Amino acid sequence: MSVAGAEVARFGRPIKGPSALGGDARRFFHLTWTLAVTEFKLRFFGSVLGYLWQLMRPLLFFGVLLLVFTQFVKLGNNVYQYPVVLLMSIVIYTFFAEATGGAVGSLVDREALVRKIHFPRMVIPLAVVLNAYFNLLLNLVAVFIFALARGVNPRVSWLELPLLLLLLGVFVTGIAMLVSALYVRFRDMRPIWEVVTQMLFYASPILYVIERIPKPSLQKAVMCNPLAAILDQVRHSVVDPHAPSAAAAIGGAGRLAIPLGLVVLVFVLGFWLFNRQAPRIAEQL
Amino acid sequence: MVVDGVSKTFRLPREQVHTLKERALHPLRRTSYETLDALRDVSFAVPHGEFFGIVGRNGSGKSTLLKCMAGIYAVDVGAIYVNGRVSTFIELGVGFNPDLAARDNIALNAIMLGLSPRDARERFDRVIEFAELEDFVDLKLKNYSSGMQVRLAFSVMIQVDADILLIDEVLAVGDAAFQQKCFDVFHRMKDEGKTILFVTHDMGSVKRFCNRALLIEKGDVKLIGKPDEIASNYVELNFGRDAGRQEEGTERYGDQSAEIVDAWFEDEHGLRQTALPQGRPCSFRMRVVFHRDVKLPALAVLFENDRHHHVFVTSTDRMGTTGHFEAGESAVFSTTFENAFAPGRVYASPWVARSGQDLLDRRPRMTSVVVTGTQHTGGMVDLPHDVALSRADEPAAAEPSPA
Repeated sequence: MSVAGAEVARFGRPIKGPSALGGDARRFFHLTWTLAVTEFKLRFFGSVLGYLWQLMRPLLFFGVLLLVFTQFVKLGNNVYQYPVVLLMSIVIYTFFAEATGGAVGSLVDREALVRKIHFPRMVIPLAVVLNAYFNLLLNLVAVFIFALARGVNPRVSWLELPLLLLLLGVFVTGIAMLVSALYVRFRDMRPIWEVVTQMLFYASPILYVIERIPKPSLQKAVMCNPLAAILDQVRHSVVDPHAPSAAAAIGGAGRLAIPLGLVVLVFVLGFWLFNRQAPRIAEQL
Repeated sequence: MVVDGVSKTFRLPREQVHTLKERALHPLRRTSYETLDALRDVSFAVPHGEFFGIVGRNGSGKSTLLKCMAGIYAVDVGAIYVNGRVSTFIELGVGFNPDLAARDNIALNAIMLGLSPRDARERFDRVIEFAELEDFVDLKLKNYSSGMQVRLAFSVMIQVDADILLIDEVLAVGDAAFQQKCFDVFHRMKDEGKTILFVTHDMGSVKRFCNRALLIEKGDVKLIGKPDEIASNYVELNFGRDAGRQEEGTERYGDQSAEIVDAWFEDEHGLRQTALPQGRPCSFRMRVVFHRDVKLPALAVLFENDRHHHVFVTSTDRMGTTGHFEAGESAVFSTTFENAFAPGRVYASPWVARSGQDLLDRRPRMTSVVVTGTQHTGGMVDLPHDVALSRADEPAAAEPSPA
């Protein structure tokens, strides 16, 4: 028996400092769930229209964009079911922006918890992502009602959507870990991330569809962005089977390794950084 | 629970470098920080079932120690071992949200403290009952009075089952009746054989609950021992230092043809002190310099407590005549007594007068001393006394009748 083992037998288990994961998996889940649900509830408590606001924001945004890009700038002409594609993309982008943007300040905002109780630190950014998922699901209900009303036919390939959203979730979680851990030490993470999110909005096929990009090389470059690849694949599998799939747009299924690799890279990097920071977060707030 | 040689150092940046721009412009500045040794080689062991107090002044490191034990801070050196489930109460009502109803907050707080959602629901009624808030279950927390919030939080806390509880000064909550209830709970926990580590300033509760206690000062363990011992050491630590130099009264009356130049307290060994333990002999002395001839001066001193109550007065009248002092002479007045003042600050206002008439010098609150003791009875003095109680229900016939 090692020395450490003998000590554990004599004194009980050692108390470890705070960590990113660690501890009881059930408690981890309960905490994440409770935080996300509470946040979700709070959003709609004080306001009269409650859930409607959650829906109104992307819908109003959608209305304005639809008007501009079908009437003034003819970006949406000759695109099959352009309004549905636009709404779907906006809702998914909203999820992305909400989850990552909310994660930036999450550790600092939850200072009271971080400094007062012992729990795996990862709970906090994960709860933000989970809360964003709740909102996404509600918004998707509206999107599908809209799509069916516009005559988009249900297809088996709709089943791809949960997988794609899960993949997006991995990407978003990676970013959430990265930015929340960085924000503890560098407060300018917030403006930086706001700009990046803004840029990603225009760099992803939301207002336009991918085949409208004139240069094929530029098309392929845009598709390297995981958000763009996921949005394009959602359009292909949910709305328009004749639209180029992500694989087609990037020029071969093999090349999908680039956006996929980026997702994995961001996740690993985020996890590594968060894990490294976790024990000291309480002191650095 | 065993704490083995734990040290903890905080790095306090002199200039908080918080933005990337600053970091990019001043890449070398990051080395500028001070270190603060919050804990230095702290070791102790608490056996199962003990009620263990941790006391110390503000900033002595006791809360840091508790946070290390709770796993909120990572320790730099050393290790902490624990046998059993630990629950920490650094603050009441962690996770409480003012915009939610009490019902939701109970669940939230209980889950934060480590209960499963199902347990939290099951114990809901007990929490509400203990907090005596049955009528306010669906009221938003922001509409609660602060006392009600604290009661609610405390009620949740005691529902959490753990073998080892780490508690950071949460005893002073609620009204008297609720406080009694809390004390009952602590006694019950003690009886149930739970191990409790308890951080506090309140020596009363240390003596009341703890089996043993630890005194920590500037990150070092000063003493581990019996509550009484710790309590008296703590009080000395608290008042020993800067206590005496407190606001010397600047007011002055009289023509100063005799001057009180110095006044001080001494302990039983004749050493000047700024803090004196209750119940021990002590002295007050003042030195007077006469600038003119004074026949039969009267010297006196009034002791006041911090509420301006005149507690005790004595003077040279007690000793008959004082004599004749010539210009340039000086004299020392002293009075020795058993220190029966209630714990707290005692001020001395000495004066010197020409026998019965003109005031020569009076210096209100010229000096003060802190009386240390651990019991606060509410009185101005604690005289040595006995208390007896005997049954009075003997038949009246037993008493000698006047007839």
